[in-house]
Amino acid sequence: MTALLDIEGLTKAYPGVVANDDVSFSIQPGEVHALLGENGAGKSTLVKMIYGLVKPDRGAMRLGGAPYAPAEPRAARGAGVAMVFQHFSLFEALNVAENIALGMENPPKPRDLAARIREVSETYGLPLDPFRLVGDLSAGERQRVEIIRCLLQDPKLLIMDEPTSVLTPQEVEILFHTLRKLSAEGTAILYISHKLEEIRVLCDAATILRLGKKVGECTPRDVSAAHMAELMVGKTLSVPARDDHEPDEVLLEVRGLSVAPASPFGTPLRDVRFEVRAGEVLGIGGVAGNGQDELLAVLSGETPVVADAVTLEGKPVGALGPNERRALGLLCAPEERLGHAAAPDMSLTENALLTGRLRQGLDRRGFVDWGKTRGFAERVIDRFDVRTPGPGVAARALSGGNLQKFVIGREILQDPTVLVVNQPTWGVDASAAAAIRQALLDLAQNGAAVIVISQDLDELVEISDRFCALNEGRLSEPRPARGLGMEEIGLMLGGAHGMHEAAQ
Amino acid sequence: MIIDPVTLIVALITVSTPVLLAAIGELVVEKSGVLNLGVEGMMIMGAVCGFIVAHQSGSTVLAFAAGMGGGMALALLFAVLTQLLMANQVASGLALTLFGLGLAALLGVGYSGLPVPTVGRPFPDALQDLPVAGPILFSHSALIYVSILLVAAVWYVLARTRIGLVIRAVGENHDAAHALGYKVVRIRFATILFGGACAGLGGAFLSVIRVQNWFEGMTAGAGWIALALVVFASWKPWRVLLGAWLFGGIAALQLRLQAAEVGVPVALLDASPYLVTIIVLVIISSDRTRAALSAPAALGRVFHASS
Repeated sequence: MTALLDIEGLTKAYPGVVANDDVSFSIQPGEVHALLGENGAGKSTLVKMIYGLVKPDRGAMRLGGAPYAPAEPRAARGAGVAMVFQHFSLFEALNVAENIALGMENPPKPRDLAARIREVSETYGLPLDPFRLVGDLSAGERQRVEIIRCLLQDPKLLIMDEPTSVLTPQEVEILFHTLRKLSAEGTAILYISHKLEEIRVLCDAATILRLGKKVGECTPRDVSAAHMAELMVGKTLSVPARDDHEPDEVLLEVRGLSVAPASPFGTPLRDVRFEVRAGEVLGIGGVAGNGQDELLAVLSGETPVVADAVTLEGKPVGALGPNERRALGLLCAPEERLGHAAAPDMSLTENALLTGRLRQGLDRRGFVDWGKTRGFAERVIDRFDVRTPGPGVAARALSGGNLQKFVIGREILQDPTVLVVNQPTWGVDASAAAAIRQALLDLAQNGAAVIVISQDLDELVEISDRFCALNEGRLSEPRPARGLGMEEIGLMLGGAHGMHEAAQ
Repeated sequence: MIIDPVTLIVALITVSTPVLLAAIGELVVEKSGVLNLGVEGMMIMGAVCGFIVAHQSGSTVLAFAAGMGGGMALALLFAVLTQLLMANQVASGLALTLFGLGLAALLGVGYSGLPVPTVGRPFPDALQDLPVAGPILFSHSALIYVSILLVAAVWYVLARTRIGLVIRAVGENHDAAHALGYKVVRIRFATILFGGACAGLGGAFLSVIRVQNWFEGMTAGAGWIALALVVFASWKPWRVLLGAWLFGGIAALQLRLQAAEVGVPVALLDASPYLVTIIVLVIISSDRTRAALSAPAALGRVFHASS
């Protein structure tokens, strides 16, 4: 049998970094092939070359036996290669049918297209209304838009870039069901992920990349997740450790918090209530876009609310701004690193000043004490192993994981009473993620209260004492995280958004 | 105080047309995600080029073509700066306005007060002489009908056609459009040039038809009103038409009020079209969440085709 896609010696270098170095593998028709690797391993560059977004420097590809060198995505789509992006590929202000039409070469008339969307979505168990605005859809539904966009073109190869990172466990089940059905029909799937258990369940073969090089291939069903992790990371990982302890007095309390959204596609918060105690890690799970950003904005003080809605050690702080809250010990690290947690074009020293000024006393009568500020930035860099030439480097120049270590470390070193972090390890590779989680646990160990908002359920189960879920702006009752199964968590996340597989 | 509503309506349509043309062009530019603040400069370039060619050639068709050319030349400069050289759009747009005003003044030296050909009207006298409907519907020059057709065409293209969908997509999320294989820079180049042509045509209408003269700074902020119209009309073509007519109506009315010597300071009357238009449009678009829905999300953001 000839392979569907043969890749031989693909190489792509960017200034200063070789993204892919002599990578070769092949995919059979109907095969689900995993591409495994940490951030920066070169997975994205590799699939961009297959999809025609990036031209390889060297190497050749063959599709169905014929030479294949797509000059642009249009050519790739024409050849039967479709791609579901991790993000950046939907238009929120356009409706589902318009979004799908944009991804097709010769879209039919809107009415015919709507009918075909309904037809395909029923066939593959992905219910979707063609005339809804994409901005109103949940993450899982948005992904369905992308998948259906691809399926309407009868692809021979479907590329999926980290498709499950934003899905609830139930949504993942539905997705896998669809993918297996596709594979049974002969469509090959190139599946990018760093979630090993998923790959073991779904994939027939795996290629593992590390630092742009292919370091191995395996049959995921036959090897252990730990083995694949070692290949991926190149060393063994330690699991964050913690001692048992009893939570202390309540440090932060939120009562009856309801907030209207600030943007047309935002989520309102509806009667949110919870409390966190000293020495405790509260995990807040939920699929993106269910009010996480809004909740963080309320806790940080960016969205002021009535004073009594948020109390810190008994004091009402709801109406205070971010700086006043920092002074009282309530610190936050938002999800978006560039532009929210850090100013991209300012140096690390300047970024350290931006949140550390009050608690670290980095200014005197309105004048910045640069020596002290640089010292603080250096302490963060040193303590959290931020890989950078020095504190004078612009935040933008750091890789996502390193900058994340910096912004989290910057808040932790300010010795917060309560620390709120949103997606602390998003886009961070496994070893850096472990370090960040350990730091959060240590902080709680020393008597602070920590709130972790995350979409990574494994992470929440690993570090939380109690777990609750945000769904459409409502927060579920917190439950002890220990012994909580994935099934229960999935139900807490909102019963997979009232979506079920289409009636069979 | 006698103000004849029929002549008032005729006047308001004439007064509003330059603003309407410039605004409908800018609407398309902004829908593709580009903020071109150089409308005023492109309009006055259109005004001076149109006037010079009208005087030299005696042909109004050539004059309008020249007006569009003048606006497009400036728009091309803006497109090169912002799309190829990734310059900041706000700064480039402001510079374009200042540059256009200066260059137009230089080109137009000596042309003030020179005669231009009068423009024919497309409808026969019999229709124009009908009571009430005659002057309001049939007495205008062809360009006015063209401008209204243009609004309809822009609405149709943006709402109903594939090219309109692509323009909206580029303005909504240029990274996604790029990932799908659309030529973001090329599409934006085209819309910027279209916007320049419309602004230039509006300027030429002003100098060749409405005022039939050229003087420095004759656009008098019409380009800025056009920019404001686009935003407050929530990027909807028909609302731009309404806004332009409102602006033209107040402008025509206040001239008549000045002539009738009502007891309101002249300065206040002069300012009234700008004030009323903006206040009304602010009220129309006061529902922020709805207005934000039609705002192009990538407006004014620089696009780097990095991958």
